[in-house]
Amino acid sequence: MSRIRYRTRTQPPATAGGRPRTRAAGAALLAGTALLALSGCGKADMTKQASPFAAAAGSKSVTLSVQTWVGAQANVAVAKYLLEHELDYHVDTVQIDEIPAWDALSQGRVDAILEDWGHPDQEARYIEDKKTITAGGDLGVTGHIGWFVPTYWAKQHPEVTDWKNLNKFAKQLRTPESGNKGQLMDGSPSYVTNDKALVKNLKLDYEVVFAGSEAAQITQIQQFAKEKKPFLSYWYEPQWLFNQVPMTEVKLPKYTDECAEKGTEDPTTVDCAYPKTPLQKFLNTDFAKSGSAAAKFLKAFHWTKDDQNTVSELIASQGLSADEAAERWVEKNPEVWKEWLPKK
Amino acid sequence: MSTLAPPPRPVVDLAPPAGGPRALLRPRPVHKLALLALLAAVLVPVAALTWSGAQWPAGLTVDVSGPLGDTTDWIIDNRDSHPLFVYFLGHLSNAVVLSVRGVYLLLLALGWIGVTAGGTLLAWRLAGARIAALTLVFFLVSGGLGMWVPTMQTLALMVVAVFVSALVGALLGLAAGLSERTFRLLRPVLDTMQVLPAFAYLLPVALVFGNGVPAALLATVIYAAPPMARLTALGLRGADATVIEAVSSLGATGRQKLLTARLPLARKELLLGLNQTIMMALSMVVIASMIGAAGLGDRVYQALSTVDVGAALAAALPIVLLAIVMDRTTAAAGERLGAGGTPPGPGGLRGPLLWAALAAVTAVFAVAGRLSGSRVWPTGGTLEIARPVNDFKEWMVDHLYSGVPVVGGTADWAGRFTDWVLNPLRDGLTALPWYGTLLVVAALAWLIGTWRTALTAVLAMAAIGVLGVWEPSMNTLSQVLAALAVTLVLGFAVGVFAAGSRRFEALLRPVLDVLQTMPQFVYLIPVVALFAVGRAPAVAAAVVYALPAVIRITTQGLRQVDPAAVEAARSLGATRWQTLRQVQLPLARPALLLAVNQGVVLVLAVVVIGGLVGGGALGYDVVTGLATGDLALGLVAGVAIVCLGLVLDRVTQPTERRSTGKGA
Repeated sequence: MSRIRYRTRTQPPATAGGRPRTRAAGAALLAGTALLALSGCGKADMTKQASPFAAAAGSKSVTLSVQTWVGAQANVAVAKYLLEHELDYHVDTVQIDEIPAWDALSQGRVDAILEDWGHPDQEARYIEDKKTITAGGDLGVTGHIGWFVPTYWAKQHPEVTDWKNLNKFAKQLRTPESGNKGQLMDGSPSYVTNDKALVKNLKLDYEVVFAGSEAAQITQIQQFAKEKKPFLSYWYEPQWLFNQVPMTEVKLPKYTDECAEKGTEDPTTVDCAYPKTPLQKFLNTDFAKSGSAAAKFLKAFHWTKDDQNTVSELIASQGLSADEAAERWVEKNPEVWKEWLPKK
Repeated sequence: MSTLAPPPRPVVDLAPPAGGPRALLRPRPVHKLALLALLAAVLVPVAALTWSGAQWPAGLTVDVSGPLGDTTDWIIDNRDSHPLFVYFLGHLSNAVVLSVRGVYLLLLALGWIGVTAGGTLLAWRLAGARIAALTLVFFLVSGGLGMWVPTMQTLALMVVAVFVSALVGALLGLAAGLSERTFRLLRPVLDTMQVLPAFAYLLPVALVFGNGVPAALLATVIYAAPPMARLTALGLRGADATVIEAVSSLGATGRQKLLTARLPLARKELLLGLNQTIMMALSMVVIASMIGAAGLGDRVYQALSTVDVGAALAAALPIVLLAIVMDRTTAAAGERLGAGGTPPGPGGLRGPLLWAALAAVTAVFAVAGRLSGSRVWPTGGTLEIARPVNDFKEWMVDHLYSGVPVVGGTADWAGRFTDWVLNPLRDGLTALPWYGTLLVVAALAWLIGTWRTALTAVLAMAAIGVLGVWEPSMNTLSQVLAALAVTLVLGFAVGVFAAGSRRFEALLRPVLDVLQTMPQFVYLIPVVALFAVGRAPAVAAAVVYALPAVIRITTQGLRQVDPAAVEAARSLGATRWQTLRQVQLPLARPALLLAVNQGVVLVLAVVVIGGLVGGGALGYDVVTGLATGDLALGLVAGVAIVCLGLVLDRVTQPTERRSTGKGA
């Protein structure tokens, strides 16, 4: 009884609210309809939608993915410069991490990745299964990941360059972030790395500390080098920093195919060194099939480690903008890039 | 006819009916503690015997990585074929792309001269000459720093995001303001969304929509709509009951009542909501660059990833100016509307005519710009600040970073802070048995709030354990606590000082204004330069971000203490210090508690972003999840951040706030 009375008491505000609520629902419905009308009422495949900022000038345009490391920025800088100045394209660059970049490439939000360090899972999914991505050939540069110590330290303690002796040096490599273990410094979380598994499987008394980004890692290495302090770091070739801070690689257990296979099955079981990877280019399938000058150019893009390092160092240690660095290299090396331009 | 109708209920009382169970549920603090102790005495031995170790027991965790991984795969495989995607989400995404593109092309078509003229005139019309000048400065600075195109991209995103957020928020607020049931349903959701860090919103949308503008824009809308909804609802519900009664007695229909009485009465709240929505949208548009929102935020993000402080600053300056311009414009427009004054403008022009005139002048400028041949900012007219700033940063690093005599360098401080504060705190929290942590949380939340808040807090904490991220969460918690302690010490000290000195407060106000409007992202730049990478810079950024709010609330709280009480204490011969300690601070207690609550929410928001600069823990997991497309890792960390936010909010949220319904 009291319940009913309670309800009648609150009735007026409820009805007062009822009508506007239907109105609100109506408005939402209207908005929804407008949305449908706007986009043409049929199917809308979000994997085919480009960025709203692409090709605003109404010109021919290409979108390239830039990864965060400087080598990749050098590739893109030169490709962009040549596409813009020789082939009259407008080039947009997007910074995306490695794996999301594959996704963006398959969706056509990016037209090409110029330097890939090997992602077997993604290759299987996007190239073989979905066929939305096409291989674009070798970049011409071979990459190698490894553990490095500064050469000044390796000269004092030659035995540090073998992983079996690393535990002896753990104490020297302690930092506030690694606690009572030695610090193995890694860079960006998105880079290809097995370091946590390696430390565990090789029973090393080390803690993997991620600097958060490659730049942060470089800053740290430069700080250590300035004070001639020892450090152990995940690092890779080709990399311009070697010219500033000479580093020596630590030998890890030899890379074998079995170990690699095991690692593809379960990444936590890896217990051998990183392979030498010929870096690859990848193109969006529709873009590659379009047969445009840009697609032909990007397929032909092929240079050497030295070329890449020249441009990288201009960008990273001399503080030139990517465009300026590319311009300098392009002026000096016409015989290299003339080969890449599609024949008229 | 309306005399028979019962009067509308003025204020909602959410408390259960008096008597009976209520008395039991509202015990005194001592009783609460005793009850908890009793509960602990029974449960702790059981827990300790069943699961050994301080860590959350492995048996009580649920591994969600499998299902989450499957979800990711399913979405990627079905994104281009499943009806849900092609008939609904695809259209949503398409609509976003189309509208943002439309605004962007319009901005580009106006050219830099047209946009600058239009923006300045708009600010002048809405907020007066001073703010118009500021707007002009904003456009010139962003062009001058070579940031014209990114600025236009951010503006295009902002226009669409604010429009949609305000619309969605207003509709929700309307529903909640007019219907009791909707209000009850929405309120806890909105309250909770208010305290969640922006970071937690990124991953789910990025998963569904992929990296790109649609995901970024939708994350922004989800983040920015709640304040509008909240304040609309509050405004509608807070309408003076007598006015409404008067209007209904005149025979107004529901719609008439809404349009002629309730909405106009709620005008102030609506504008405040719009202001908050705009500020939150800007903050999110910048952070969403992590999931592919282009524009200024993307420039900051790229620069951060190469620790290029100069380039980051060049992108951050326009962001800060934009924030100030938008804040001041909406605030001034709100004040003017509230005061009922006339907008500035030439005497003969009013209303639509003035708007038409503004549009015409803008068009003239745009055409003039087009004729002079420069649509985007002229390439020659940019000022390169990156290099001098980086040189300055190098100098600072060389001279302040380490080895400064006596005081030590900033990196040494960071190292010591990590060694002496962060590490012991983290280790202590990790070593504390998990049931101990739960008890502390329960006790704090119950003492300061009700059994409901305590229950929410405990459940949220337990959820962290169940998800299997207990250890990183304790790490994040240690950073939050350290940052909070520093923030409160500094904030209270400065606040007390500002409350005591009018001149100091006047000096401080513009600084606080600027600091409060800056997006969270911007704070990361200077701290990386000073404190290298690690947890210390994350904490430093959090302190700087939370400090203005704490100072402001403290100052206001102390100022609002009844002057008569202070006067009485003085006349009894109390010294200034005694007055402060024994009269002002106790009387300002609610404000101080609010400051703690605000401080903790703001600190958490930035500590998790610190994952970008080596802060580790949950923030780092979210960054990794975003960077590697690892949904399981990122989403679990995101949920843990949400839970941690809930816990921290509930254990610092005084009961008063809930009953008055005035947050933030």
